[in-house]
Amino acid sequence: MLVEVLFWLFAAILAISALAMITVRNPVHSALLLVLCFFTSAAIWLLIEAEFLAVVLILVYVGAVMVLFLFVVMMLDINIEEVRARVTRYALFGGIVAGVVVFEIVSVVWTRSLGVDVTTGAQAQPANYSNTAELGKLLYTDYVYPFELAAVLLLIAIVAAISLTMRKRAGLKLQNVAKQVAVRREDRVRIVKVAAEKPPSENPQPEKGA
Amino acid sequence: MIQLNWLLILSGVLFAISVAGMFINRKNLILLLMCVELLLLAVNFNFVAFSRYLNDINGQIFVFFVLTVAAAESAIGLAILVVLFRERRSINVEDLSTLKG
Repeated sequence: MLVEVLFWLFAAILAISALAMITVRNPVHSALLLVLCFFTSAAIWLLIEAEFLAVVLILVYVGAVMVLFLFVVMMLDINIEEVRARVTRYALFGGIVAGVVVFEIVSVVWTRSLGVDVTTGAQAQPANYSNTAELGKLLYTDYVYPFELAAVLLLIAIVAAISLTMRKRAGLKLQNVAKQVAVRREDRVRIVKVAAEKPPSENPQPEKGA
Repeated sequence: MIQLNWLLILSGVLFAISVAGMFINRKNLILLLMCVELLLLAVNFNFVAFSRYLNDINGQIFVFFVLTVAAAESAIGLAILVVLFRERRSINVEDLSTLKG
């Protein structure tokens, strides 16, 4: 009973915060409401025993992606009023499209001929079941190549994001790494042969008392 | 017990809200990106719900990959947005009309 009550509570928070996210005027508020959406989704995923993904959702989305969004929103000086002008012209059309989408999905879900009984839930896992361990076993055996590809994709994303936003300013003094590596000893150090002492004939007054 | 259709309808509502958000905020590039994130979250809801219902953990692996691709997508999308703002001083979609179809 408690699970159902919590589910409907979280579902209501999720829907309301999503609605608020698309309607508030300030992009910073939108980003923060999207963070709330992700938190509530993670809570619902915990309720249906997908623990690893719930934690990953918070770590990756709230911890990385939304912080990036907030950085960008706050860094760019956006004229909100200009961007949000003439918003209501398309609100009705958007609402109609959203209503059609909901109608279609609900009508599909309520069809009983899918071969699954949608009015039942998942069986609870046993107490010693570890979602993370099961996912890890599958991820590092059957899905090891997709896993590596995902890693490469993230690397490409890092390189692309940095190279896109790298700013080249005029008059900036940078190290020339190729020149630094290619340098030889002869370019830097000059060895000069110096006589250890002057010959005695050119030394008219030798030091006394030595 | 949380029924499967509750989860599916919740994800449908979430999907519809983000589609409506794309129409309402169609001039603000940042909000469009945020709506894409919400849309992917709704899709992930379906994956997790069916994975748990059918007791097949492969669905959760797919959510993992969707999260990875979405993170890469938003990183590159935001980088392009920053470059765009630096060039044009605006992220209004209507100002980005250099390529006319």
